[in-house]
Order: sequence, then C-alpha cells, then structure tokens
Amino acid sequence: MTSETSPLLFPHRHLLGIKGLSPQDIVQLLDLAESEIAVSRQSEKKKATLRGRTQINLFFEASTRTQSSFELAGKRLGADVMNMSVGNSSVKKGETLIDTAMTLNAMRPDILIIRHGSAGAAALLAQKVGCSVVNAGDGAHEHPTQALLDALTIRRAKGKVERLTVAICGDVLHSRVARSNIILLNALGARVRVVAPSTLLPAGISHMGAEVFHKMEDGLKDADVVMMLRLQRERMAGSFVPSVREYFRYHGLDREKLKYAKPDAIVMHPGPMNRGVEIASDVADGVQSVIQEQVEMGVAVRMAVMEALLDPRRNAEGVAG
Amino acid sequence: MSATVLQNARIVDPSRNLDELGTLIIRQDKIVASGADVRNQGVPEGATIIDCQGKAVLPGLVDARVFIGEPGAEHRETIASASHAAAAGGVTSMIMMPDTDPVIDNVALVEFVMRTARDTAVVNVYPAAAVTKGLLGEEMTEIGLLREAGAVAITEGRNSIANTQLMRRALTYARDFGVVLAHEAQDAHLGITGVMNEGLYASWLGLSGTPREAEVIPLERDMRLAALTQAAYHAAQISTGMSAEVISRAKHNGLNVTAGVSINHLSLNENDIGEFRTFFRLQPPLRLEEDRLAMVEALRDGTIDIIVSAHDPQDVDTKRLPFADAAAGAIGLETLLGAALRLYHNGDVPLLRIVEAMSSAPARIFGLDAGSLRPGSKADMTIVDLDEPWVVNEEDLRSRSKNSCFEGARFQGRVVQTFVAGKSVFTI
Repeated sequence: MTSETSPLLFPHRHLLGIKGLSPQDIVQLLDLAESEIAVSRQSEKKKATLRGRTQINLFFEASTRTQSSFELAGKRLGADVMNMSVGNSSVKKGETLIDTAMTLNAMRPDILIIRHGSAGAAALLAQKVGCSVVNAGDGAHEHPTQALLDALTIRRAKGKVERLTVAICGDVLHSRVARSNIILLNALGARVRVVAPSTLLPAGISHMGAEVFHKMEDGLKDADVVMMLRLQRERMAGSFVPSVREYFRYHGLDREKLKYAKPDAIVMHPGPMNRGVEIASDVADGVQSVIQEQVEMGVAVRMAVMEALLDPRRNAEGVAG
Repeated sequence: MSATVLQNARIVDPSRNLDELGTLIIRQDKIVASGADVRNQGVPEGATIIDCQGKAVLPGLVDARVFIGEPGAEHRETIASASHAAAAGGVTSMIMMPDTDPVIDNVALVEFVMRTARDTAVVNVYPAAAVTKGLLGEEMTEIGLLREAGAVAITEGRNSIANTQLMRRALTYARDFGVVLAHEAQDAHLGITGVMNEGLYASWLGLSGTPREAEVIPLERDMRLAALTQAAYHAAQISTGMSAEVISRAKHNGLNVTAGVSINHLSLNENDIGEFRTFFRLQPPLRLEEDRLAMVEALRDGTIDIIVSAHDPQDVDTKRLPFADAAAGAIGLETLLGAALRLYHNGDVPLLRIVEAMSSAPARIFGLDAGSLRPGSKADMTIVDLDEPWVVNEEDLRSRSKNSCFEGARFQGRVVQTFVAGKSVFTI
C-alpha cells in the first residue's frame, strides 16, 4: 500500500454522494479542509495545486451561493474556472444533460461540478464523461459538499462530531441536504434527530438512521446542534403545510424553542434562509448562529474535495476510481 | 400447401389440460390432429416431417399488452419489427395498445393497423381501441363501430380513467357490444408525481414515490362499477398483493372480472433499480419482493388470469435521462417466455398454468382464435426447448428499441421455431 507515503490518497474518482464514503474518507477530507481555511484567510488567497487544471461549473438550477463557493475554491487552488448556467434557459430540465455533458467533455475539463434538479443526474453524468464529477446537489438525493461543510463547522465549534445530538428540522422530504447529513453524521457517530410535520418526512424515515420527532420542543431537547432546513414557498400549494404562519408557529426556530436545546447549542442553516418562515431573524443573527461560518467552511471543504479528487498522485500511481 | 408433421413433441395444451408426448399434424393453416394417439395414425403423403426430439410444442403465445410506435414513433418500433420480436419470443398474437400518434380511437386507425399488420407483420396483430377520444378521458369513442372494424378490446392504454361517471357509462355501453374494458388503475392525484414505489428505497434515492394505494383505491372503485354495470372488466396490470386481494374478492362475488400482470412484476422488485437504472422505471412501478411473491402466488392460484409482456419500446432520448425525467416502460416480447419459465423451473408455478396464462386464458378473455392445439384450431404454435440455457444479449434483440429489463439475464428455455397459420415465421 501507498498509504504511508500518500496519506491523503482519496480512493474515489468522483464525489457523487456521502453514501459510499468511509468514515476515514470523511475525516481525511475534513482534515484537509481544515488546512485550506488558512489559504482563504491570508492576503494572497492562492495555491498552485490545480494550476493548469480546468474546472467547469454546470448549474442546471440557479444557485448563486453554491456556484460562487465552488468558483472561489477552484480559483484559490489555481484552476481555470468556467461557469455554465443553464438553469435560466428555456430548455426543459434533463433533456440536454447528456448532450451538454458530451460537449463539455470534448473540451477535456479535469473536473465538472454539477447541480441539477433531478436525483441521479450527477451519477448519470459521471458515467458519460472522462473527468471527475462533483455533485453540487441532485434533486432530493444528495448534496455531499454541504454535509461536509456542516460537519467541519460542527467539529470546529464543538471539537468533535461523535456522540453529539444533532436535530435536523424542517422539510426533510425534499431535502438533499438532510439526506447527505443523515448519512455523514451517522458515519461519524453523532446521534441524529429529525423534527418535522409528518407531511414533510419521507416514507421509511424511522429506518434511515434518525430519531423522529414532530414537536420542536421534544426534538430540540438537549440538542448540541440545531440544523434548520429551507422551506420552499411552493410547499403550501402542494398541501404539505397550510400556511407560513402556522409553519412558523410550530416549526420555525425562535428564541423560545431554541431554549430547549443545550445552552451552548449551535444553530445552522444551509441557506438561503427564509426569515420568519423556518427561522426568526434574531436567532439567525444571534450568538449561537454559525451560519456565516458555514459559508466560509464551504469554500475550504470544496477546495479539499477538488484537491483530493485531482491529487496528482492518483494518476501517478494509477489508482482506480 | 402440403402437410407438416411434428413428431416426438411434448404437447403442452392448456386448452385441453394436456401435457403429453405425441404428434401434431398440420394441414394448410389448421391443426388437424394433435396428441399421443396420433403417433400411430401414420403420416400423410408428401408431408414435411419435423422431429421435435422431445421438445415442447406450445400454442402460440398471446400477449395482451403491447405498445408499438407505429403510427407516430416508428423509430422506436414498427408493427413489422414488433412482430419479428414477437415471433422470436414465441408470441403469435399480440394486442396492440391504442397509445399511438394519432391515437387508435376511430375506425380509420383500426383499419390502418389491421392493413399494416396484414401487409408487414409475421404474427397476428389485434388492435385495442381507446375508450375516449384522443385518450383524453372526456368523450367516449364509437365502441360499436370500432368493435365491428376489428378492435378486440377498449382501453386507455397507459392512461387511467379518473372520471367515475365516464367509467360507468363506458362499461355499461361496452357491455351491450360484448367488449372488454381493460384498465390500468392509477389514481389521478395520489402518488401522481411518483417515479418508483414509495418507501425507504425511494426515500434514500430522493425520488418521489407512488404508494400501493394509488393502484388499489381506483381498482376498488372499478370493482364497484363492475358490479353495478355487470360489464366485462379486465385489470390490465396489477402490481401489489392488495390488488390481488381485491380481484380475488370480486371473482368470489361472481363479477365478470379478470386480471393481468406483467412479466416484470413477476420477475423483479424495486431493488433492481439499483442506482437510478432507468430501464427499470416502469408503470406501475416495481414494488417490494413481498409484492412480487404475492403476484406469483396470485398467478398460481388463478386470481391473476394472464401474463403480459407490457412491451413498451423506448429509446435513448427517452431513457438516457435522470431517473425522474426518463419515460416509463420496458420491452419484453422476446424475453416473456424465458422469464416466465423461471417460475416453472424453480417450482413456483406449474408449466400448464404458465402456458395457459400466456395463451388460452388471454384468447378466451379477448375472444381471439388462438391459444389452443386442439384439432381444428389455427396452426399458431411454437416449439420450445424447455431446458436450453441462454443469455439475453442486447445486440440479438429484434425490437428496434433495446430498453430491456433482462439484458444479460440467464434463462432456461428457448424458442426454437414459431408457426403462424401453419407457416414458419421464426427459426433459431
């Protein structure tokens, strides 16, 4: 084995989901991300690790934050970054995915970052292109870099992830963030809870590695981490919940509900927030909030992921993906 | 045309509940003698003699649910290409669904299909006509005239009839003409965004699920309407144990109700989807293993009358997409028998019952001259080596589309030769 000489060897060609990563893989990525934080904090925010490499951001769904986070990460590693936003075109979702992918592939990029509204889109793309693929969110399936940046944020705030009680609150049904986090947090030994009205929980949730609660007061009790999820406004039309007012009353995080968590509990949100829907402004901006920290960790984690996937030692040693 | 004699044949004829070694004699397009006693009758002068060497001779199979792209999507499948796929699968009669473009909802289209079939197809093709114009679920088609033109059933194909009033009228009206209404029950709202079976597996994949109740609730409604109208109702494809219970109860109550199941739902379950394999996106969706077992049991005990291939050709532009965006459906004419024989070889269902469910039973339900090896019957039959192992290879499939759920599958039992009206239409 080469692990002694290459401790960062990451045995995957793509990052399509947290599923499939071992706890060691996850810890390695978090450790590497930790070292990337300094790069973003120094005045010359640039490394040369990916100099000469081409990164293409292929976003079929508009997402300013995730896309700019990946773009900054790539640029800080020295890569050439190109953004392809297809989300606002009139092209029907999915129809051009393979054709677009094949066209981009012919330009010989080294890494493709894809965000798509359909579950499995990143995996489909990975089958068709010759470069590494990072899933930046596919439907309600996975959003692995979000889960990694959440874990890094938790680890820095609490010193560990193991045995912490993490309450994931809100629209778990439609959330790729929730799925990736449930897998990752279980892998690192956290105790995971989900707190949501039953209409916003997927079938079989009690077998997914999370304890299920329907009342915030019960679900937040003694929690170390409170992770809020975004509630899309169109969920009202789909009869998942009756109104914003009622949702905020029972499931929005305000100071009163937060009191049930541990006094030093941290509050997280993957963004963008709906203030007054799933979270009150004073909590979002309060002392327990680490939401801005999450954004910073996002860049570090994405740098780590791309560095691990494009590690030149992989090619040198012929590691299979 | 002179006579053909099939000697040393294992005659499997569910229409006579017969499974014995014997001889078949075919003259022109008819079977004139078939059975063990024929062995001593001698051979007509100048007859072509085929020594079956103990291989099985089955009535040509009848597939009651086949989607074809002609007219409208000939790049996926034509009536001719489907007929060659059918012949290779031992299928000599197929009922073609009306989901074409234009829809088979008027006499001219029925005539077009029958004419095209006569001129280009090597097997019998029977059109099923739409229940409503354009399959829009609003206005009833000319059921009497369609019947007279040659439509053997009425059905909305992939669609389901949401309007209960319309369903009642269609059943009542069809009853006067002795037409069967074949219906795939799917609730118009419940689980309508679903792309696979609702449950833990769909939850992990982040895919929207269709609960089993989305099939059972409208099926229960249909049973009430079948009782009210006393019409002939055929549940085109059921997929859950609960649906089998509903059918069983209706039969017990003496209703004129029959049911079909696709070979996919007898062979596969939702785990076959793996990581977003779109060829396994079907409608109704593949369910749990317990549902598959319930389908096998319902087939064995006769609650389910027939097995269909639900042959549904889709190509790259409709299947090479993210799972939720891909079209539902899989081809199946060529793999129907091989997959069904798995149930025989592993002891789940007796051979005669399996063959019945793909020949005499559908022929009876839809009133076709098919499904029997009785003397006097049309000489539609297939010679099958019940034991020969083979592997499904995409390149060998005759269908224009390759979206098979059985790519790479190992089967035991293979079609050697197929006859339609006494004429050989396929030889291995």
